[in-house]
Amino acid sequence: MSPVQPGVSTPEAPPPTPSLAFRALASPVLRNKTAMVAVGVLGFFVFLAVAGPLLIEGDPKAQVGAVFEPPSWEFPLGTDGGGASMVSMLVAGARVSLLIGFAAAAISALIGGTVGIVSGFFGGRTDVALMRVTDYFLVIPDVPLMIVIAALFGRSTWNIIVIIGIIYWTFTARLLRAQTKSVRERVYVQRARALGARNSRLVVRHVLPQVTPLLIANTVLLIAYAIFAETFITFLGLGDPSSISWGRLIENAFTDDAIINNAWWAVIPPGICVMLVVLACTIIGQTLEEALNPRLRTGHLSVRRFRVLPRSVQPEHQKP
Amino acid sequence: MRGTDYVVKRVLFAVGTVFVAITLNFVLFRSLSGDAVSALRCRGCSQEFKEFQRRELGLDKSKWEQYKIYLVDLAHGDMGRSLRTEEPVRSILWEPIKTTVPMVALGTLFAIVFGIATGVVAAWRRGTATDKATLWGGLGFYSMPPQWLGLVIVLFIAGWLGLPTSGVKDPTLGILDDPGVIEVAVDRLEHMVLPALTLGLVVFGEYTLIVRSAMLETLGEDYILTSRAKGLSNWATVWKHGFRNAMLPVITLVALSLGFIIGGAITVEYVFSYPGIGLLIVEAIDQRDYPVLQAAFLLLTLSVILFNLLADLLYFKFDPRVTE
Repeated sequence: MSPVQPGVSTPEAPPPTPSLAFRALASPVLRNKTAMVAVGVLGFFVFLAVAGPLLIEGDPKAQVGAVFEPPSWEFPLGTDGGGASMVSMLVAGARVSLLIGFAAAAISALIGGTVGIVSGFFGGRTDVALMRVTDYFLVIPDVPLMIVIAALFGRSTWNIIVIIGIIYWTFTARLLRAQTKSVRERVYVQRARALGARNSRLVVRHVLPQVTPLLIANTVLLIAYAIFAETFITFLGLGDPSSISWGRLIENAFTDDAIINNAWWAVIPPGICVMLVVLACTIIGQTLEEALNPRLRTGHLSVRRFRVLPRSVQPEHQKP
Repeated sequence: MRGTDYVVKRVLFAVGTVFVAITLNFVLFRSLSGDAVSALRCRGCSQEFKEFQRRELGLDKSKWEQYKIYLVDLAHGDMGRSLRTEEPVRSILWEPIKTTVPMVALGTLFAIVFGIATGVVAAWRRGTATDKATLWGGLGFYSMPPQWLGLVIVLFIAGWLGLPTSGVKDPTLGILDDPGVIEVAVDRLEHMVLPALTLGLVVFGEYTLIVRSAMLETLGEDYILTSRAKGLSNWATVWKHGFRNAMLPVITLVALSLGFIIGGAITVEYVFSYPGIGLLIVEAIDQRDYPVLQAAFLLLTLSVILFNLLADLLYFKFDPRVTE
C-alpha cells in the first residue's frame, strides 16, 4: 500500500469555493449510513442543549419529588439524590457538557491550526522549534496535567474550557502541519507565489481553504475528547460547583450514594449520554478525516490518538 | 550506524521531555500567588514548619534560585514535604505505588489479552456478525467514562460476583488469627479484580479496535495469500504470518495509551477507594496538599515518558526499518 504522494497525485485543483468545501464535508457523511445516524444523535443533543430552557420549566435542581424516587409517569427517569427530576438534570447537563465540548474544541482547533499551518507553511527552523514543543506536549499525559491545572487554578466552567482547550491542540497541530506541507507544494500555490503573492495571501487564499475541511473534521473529534475530559475533571470535584453537566451528574451519583440506594436510574443515564455523544463525534470525525486525508490510512503510527474506526467501514471504492 | 543514531535520538528526546516535564511542574506550582508548594498558605502547619519550608525551598531568593534548588533537591530524590503530615513526600508515595502498579498491570494485561483475542478474531471473520459485535462493543467501551463504568460494575456485577468494592484488604483479616500467605494474597487479589476489570474494559475497547485494523491491513498483504496458497492452516496463517506482523503497531499503541490508562486509574481508584496513586492525588487535591500532588504528577509523567521510550526501542528491535 502506498501513501498518496503529496503534490504528485493531486491534480491542479483550484482552491475550493465555500460550497465545494461544504460538499467535501457533507458527501462522505451522506454516503455513510452509520455517520448519518451519528449526525442525527449529535443533532438531537445539540437541540436539547439549545432548547433546554424551553423544554424544562423552572430550576432543574429544584426538589420536586422524594430522594431517589424510582422512574414513574411523573419522573420518567426518577429523581436524584437531591430529589430533582433526572430528565431535567440531563437536559440541563447537555447544555454545559456540549458548551464545554464545543468551546474547548474550538480553542484547541485555533491553537493547533495556527501552530500546524505556521509550522507547515514556513518550514525550516520555525517548523523544527514548533514541532519539538508539540512533541514534548504529546508525550506528557494529558489527563493528569488537566487535573493538576484545574486543581491549581480554580473551579469554573470557563477555566475547564480553557484547560481542556490548551491541552488537546497537539494532535491537531501535527495533522494540520502535514496537510499544509503538501498543499504548499502544489502547483497552483507555487504559481501564485511566482506571480508575487505574499505569504499572508498564500495562507489565507490558498492554504486555508484547502486545510479547513480537515480542521473541521478534527475539531469534531476533539469535541468527543473534551466532553470525556470534562467528566474526569468534574468527577474529582474540580468542576464548577454551581453548574450541572453530565460529568457532575456522574459525580453526584457517586457522592450521593446512589449505589447504596440501588438507584440505577441516577447512575446509568448521564453515562449513556456521554457515550452517545462521544460515539457520534468519533464516527463523524473519523468518517470525515478518512475521506479528506487518504494518507491517514497509513499514518496510524504517527499519531497518539489513533484511528479506532476500521477501514472496512469506508465505501469499497475508497480502499487503497 | 543508523540504528545507533535512532536509539541516541530517542533517548535524547526522552531526556528532553523529562526536563520539560520537570520545568513545567515547577512553573505550574510556583506560579500561584503565595506559592502553592510552600507551606505559607497552609493553615494547619506549625510556625517552625513554615520557617523550615522557607529555608528549604529558598522562598526568600529569586525564582531562578528556587528553580535551581528544586532541580538539585529532585536530583537527590527530595520532593518536599507534605503540608498535611509534614512528612517527606517520598515516603508517602511509596506505599501507593506498590498498590497501584499491580492493579494497573492486571488491568492492562487483561486488556491486551482480551483485546488481541477479539481483535484478531474480528479481523479474520470480517464482515460477519462476530466482527460487527466486536466493532461496536469496542467502540462502546472506548466511549465510556471509566468512573461511570466503575459505578455500573459496582451496581450490577460486584454483588453478583461477591467481590469487595472498596479498599485494598479486608479489615477483619488477621484480627482473630494469623492469616497465611495464600490467604493474604487471595484477599489482595479479590480487592484488585474489580478496579482492574474496569480499567481493563475501558482500555480493551481501544485495543480491540487497533488490533482489528492492524490485522485487517496485514491480512491484505501478499504473503498471507502465499501462505494460504501453500496450504497452511488458518491457525498458522493468522498467528504466525498475520499476527506477528500486525503486532508492530500494537506495541507502539499500547505504550502510547499508557497516558490514558493512568488518567483512568485516577478516577477508577477513587470509585473503588483503592489506596493507590490515583486516590492519593484525589486526597491531595481535596486537602490542597500541593507538594504531594506535584510529586504524584511528576511520577506519572516520568513513567509515561519511560514507557514511550521503551516502545520506541522495542519497535526498533522488531523492525529496524523504522529509522528509514
